[in-house]
Amino acid sequence: MGKAKVKRTSTAIDMTAMCDVSFLLLTFFVLTATARQPEVLVVDTPQSTTPDKLPDDNLGVISVANGKVFFGVKNPTVREITLKNMSQKYNVNFSAQDYEQFKQLDEFGVPIKNLRQLLSLPNDQRKESIQPGIPVDSTETVSNELYSWVQEARKATIEYNRSRDGERDFVDPGPMKVAIKADAEEKYPTVNLIIETLRNQKQNKFSFVTGLRAEQ
Amino acid sequence: MAELNQDSGKQKGGKVRAKKAGGKVDLTAMVDLAFLLITFFMLTTSLNKPQAMDVAMPDKNKIDANDNLEIADNRSITLLLGSDNKISWYYGQLAKPIYPPTTIDYGKEGIRQVLLKMQKEVPARSGGKDLIVVIRPSEKSVQRNLVDILDEMKIVDVKRYMISKINSDEIEVLKREGLFND
Repeated sequence: MGKAKVKRTSTAIDMTAMCDVSFLLLTFFVLTATARQPEVLVVDTPQSTTPDKLPDDNLGVISVANGKVFFGVKNPTVREITLKNMSQKYNVNFSAQDYEQFKQLDEFGVPIKNLRQLLSLPNDQRKESIQPGIPVDSTETVSNELYSWVQEARKATIEYNRSRDGERDFVDPGPMKVAIKADAEEKYPTVNLIIETLRNQKQNKFSFVTGLRAEQ
Repeated sequence: MAELNQDSGKQKGGKVRAKKAGGKVDLTAMVDLAFLLITFFMLTTSLNKPQAMDVAMPDKNKIDANDNLEIADNRSITLLLGSDNKISWYYGQLAKPIYPPTTIDYGKEGIRQVLLKMQKEVPARSGGKDLIVVIRPSEKSVQRNLVDILDEMKIVDVKRYMISKINSDEIEVLKREGLFND
């Protein structure tokens, strides 16, 4: 009497194909990921349930934290045109090298007369502690530098979009959008000052940047 | 290899075979690692994008800063955003309110219940006209409060709301209710 033998099958699965697929996907995600620059001004945004995402381009962001105001334009070419216009308006001259540096600068928070000094520093020394913030007040004069920055950035966006008109597959994204990225603990008067600065130039629509909160 | 290693007949016992290593490598750990990295990159790229809450303000009247829009008393509730994450709200005019100022919290159990209640009550009182919410942040409130309350407007679906400037009488109310601390 021989025992009935259960036929044993091997439990090892061929992982080669799975490995191929997973590395293909990995490569895809690595290549499509945009490396995020560490922020100079660390902003802990409040949370909301808004589903809309912040656009990547055609945007100017005003960051507010610790009572300091920073400004940045997303598009490097628009950045350059903005600085050109600002340099004329405030009679501050910048070298070609400064323009190159400024194109790579995501956001800054210094008065325009100190901007050259900031641009001359290497990237890792442009810390928050040496940047006092862009001067903001309730006027529409040159003393309210944020007003000028936003206005020149909006003009530069129009100029840039117009220059690209006629390019193939170019769709005019419209006027520049403005977003306010304020810290959750920032007191209202600072935020109000910025809202009023925007309203003074009829930029009545803007966005608050928030994090995502799970539905309550 | 066979061609290269052809010997000149010194070894008589046939070909010497190189020992064949196992053709299979266990790829399980590698696949694990790859999926871990995929998950990491997926989460850090798409899910990390911040949200944008759109706000629209009315045109500013630069000639007359005190040009305030008149709205019907029985349609409007006013939310005064105070310190310590609390709101004081009243219905009607502050001088002769239909409901006097009451302190309340943010969130589901607090202001949302009020808004839902008033959304039903206001059309009944004003002959079918809907609720208007006036948001007045005080200087002691923080950005989180403003975003929370705007978010609440979206959740409750209040069609008409506005952000406006707080006046000194209303600051007095906040002081009285102890919501004007640093």
